[in-house]
Amino acid sequence: MAEITYRQALHDVLREELLRDENVFLLGEEIGVFEGSYKITAGLLSEFGPKRVVDTPIVENGFIGMATGAAMLGLRPIVEIMTINFIVLAMDQIVNHAAKIYAMFGGQCPVPLVIRTPGGGGQQLAATHSQNLEVWFAHVPGLKVVAPSTPADAKGLLRTSVRDNNPVIFLENLALYNTKGEEPASDYMVPIGQAKVTKEGADLTVISYSRMAVVALDVARRMEQENTLSIEVVDLRSLRPLDHETIINSIKKTNRAIVFEEDWRSFGIGAEIAALVQEEAFDDLDAPVKRVASLEVPLPYSKPLELATLTGARQLEDAINELAPRRRRNTTV
Amino acid sequence: MDAKGKKQAGTHKSTSVREQALPPIPEGEDRDTLLAYYNRMLLVRRFEEKSAEMYTKARIGGYCHLNLGEEATVIGFCTGLEPTDYVYTNYREHGYAIGRGISPGAVMAELFGKDTGCSRGRGGSMHLFDLARRFMGGYAIVGGQIPLATGAAFAVAYRGSTEAVACQMGDGTTNTGAFHESLNLAKIYHLPIVYFVVNNLYGMGLRVEQGSAISELYRKACAYDMQSWRVDGNDVLAVRDAMRKAAALAREKHEPSLIEAVSFRFRGHSVVDPDRYRDREEVQEGRAHDPIEAFAARLKAAGLLDESGRHAIEEQVEHDVDAAVTFAEESPFPSVEEFMSDLYGYVYAPGEAAEKGGRNG
Repeated sequence: MAEITYRQALHDVLREELLRDENVFLLGEEIGVFEGSYKITAGLLSEFGPKRVVDTPIVENGFIGMATGAAMLGLRPIVEIMTINFIVLAMDQIVNHAAKIYAMFGGQCPVPLVIRTPGGGGQQLAATHSQNLEVWFAHVPGLKVVAPSTPADAKGLLRTSVRDNNPVIFLENLALYNTKGEEPASDYMVPIGQAKVTKEGADLTVISYSRMAVVALDVARRMEQENTLSIEVVDLRSLRPLDHETIINSIKKTNRAIVFEEDWRSFGIGAEIAALVQEEAFDDLDAPVKRVASLEVPLPYSKPLELATLTGARQLEDAINELAPRRRRNTTV
Repeated sequence: MDAKGKKQAGTHKSTSVREQALPPIPEGEDRDTLLAYYNRMLLVRRFEEKSAEMYTKARIGGYCHLNLGEEATVIGFCTGLEPTDYVYTNYREHGYAIGRGISPGAVMAELFGKDTGCSRGRGGSMHLFDLARRFMGGYAIVGGQIPLATGAAFAVAYRGSTEAVACQMGDGTTNTGAFHESLNLAKIYHLPIVYFVVNNLYGMGLRVEQGSAISELYRKACAYDMQSWRVDGNDVLAVRDAMRKAAALAREKHEPSLIEAVSFRFRGHSVVDPDRYRDREEVQEGRAHDPIEAFAARLKAAGLLDESGRHAIEEQVEHDVDAAVTFAEESPFPSVEEFMSDLYGYVYAPGEAAEKGGRNG
């Protein structure tokens, strides 16, 4: 099976969608002449020209609003926000406008808009360039939020997002761009709102998304080989709408859950899922749901500090060892 | 006057353009068209008076901002555009919706929160919408409509079609980042848009000159090398003509421009604002320049309208407003179930084929 990087997966779908639909166009800072800060759009300006690949000045609120207005007239803009940290400047247009227009005006005007942006830390970019702000958007009705972890899902979800009639926040991660994975079939589509069990298991469930879903799968495979723990991994893929069914079915099977996220812990995806699980599967739980997340600090620059504050494989392993059924844990000690 | 041209000598007062007497009706204007303008202006006046009344009777909730005193600006704006043009406004937009051809009944029903309202009771006073009339929304976050309207103009240019987009806003909006970001974008992409600033001298209670480094707001377009004009917002023909000129520039040259219409708000910022920050004399002076009275006087001087004609229009308008209230009263409230089932253009269910049109396509 052919392999492809996450970066190439995104690039290929952008190109395909530009070819497929004349209404699709790209806009963002440095996506054309500069070929993208992370080179996702490399070559697209020279292939499609400045009408379809639009370089913008540094005005996030202005050009996200402009894309929203263009979507109101039936175009299908795909916006790149260089990193999620800069999306904060555009919150008015995303939350007060793009998310509201369809419902607030009585269903007269859909907003088929995709906003792609990478989040995540670990690159020594410090406090203003290392955030995970997806919960801000996952909180807002009217938006859809997706966060693929593999090149295949990046392809499948980007295709679906571009063809959806709603504003979709498409969350990428800086540390995923160079990762490799299986290249899916050319018509592979992933429905928004559908999680995936990426590894079956019996002892406990790790629920994650984006880069941490990759880490979770590695840890689960390794721990299974090392100590016979059988860990199930659920990759959420979409944060809004959230796939309750897949989460709850997994809990019913394993009776134990850890939510693993790169974001800060308070008010996060983990908090949402812990609440969901106690509402819908309380009697199936053998232990409280655990949350594994990053420390609640503005992310520091210095490498040792950064490593100490970001969550990762070690923190997940510790949590698994604490939560795993006793009989299993005892066999490994 | 062109923003790039000579600054008018000695005019630092925001109200300067209104100090001149309104000119006679020019030759060549069509009588029926002029009477229709008068009818529309009066319709907005009576509609807004009725809105205030219905608000005090608790038929209307939330915030409610009226166009009273701004009727010439409102109708001049609407009549300077073609039906194929797109309109974005702020939250003081009842008159623009009516001027754009949305029935007074559908607007009043929206204010009443009814299912027959032009936004099906989802939006209310500040969020009127009608796709068929290309009335692309009233927006209630100050400046929020400007990037959106700029994007609509981007879509028109992208498709190579020839509509204009008109984006109305208040004076306070010209201080927002969204205003400056959008004007810059419109100029660098050569977008067919008219930014239309209604300067009614106050942003809520803050005088223009207290909130803006320059109080001749049309001059702000200079920074974007954009043509701009200031017009007397009490003169419906002057506003219409400026709008036509700017819209033609948009359609024919794909160039953005800006109009500042100097107007006057007869009452407070919203229905519940007691308007304590304005001097009594200032309000009396403003109201003395009633744009509807002034237009009636010009029509009369030109022999186009007499007292009986005026009376007939008054009766017609009052009938239309009463009919709008009756329609709103008798209309049903929206269904909760239907609202909850239609929050997205299309909701994907797990396992469903991805490529499928939404309710609207």
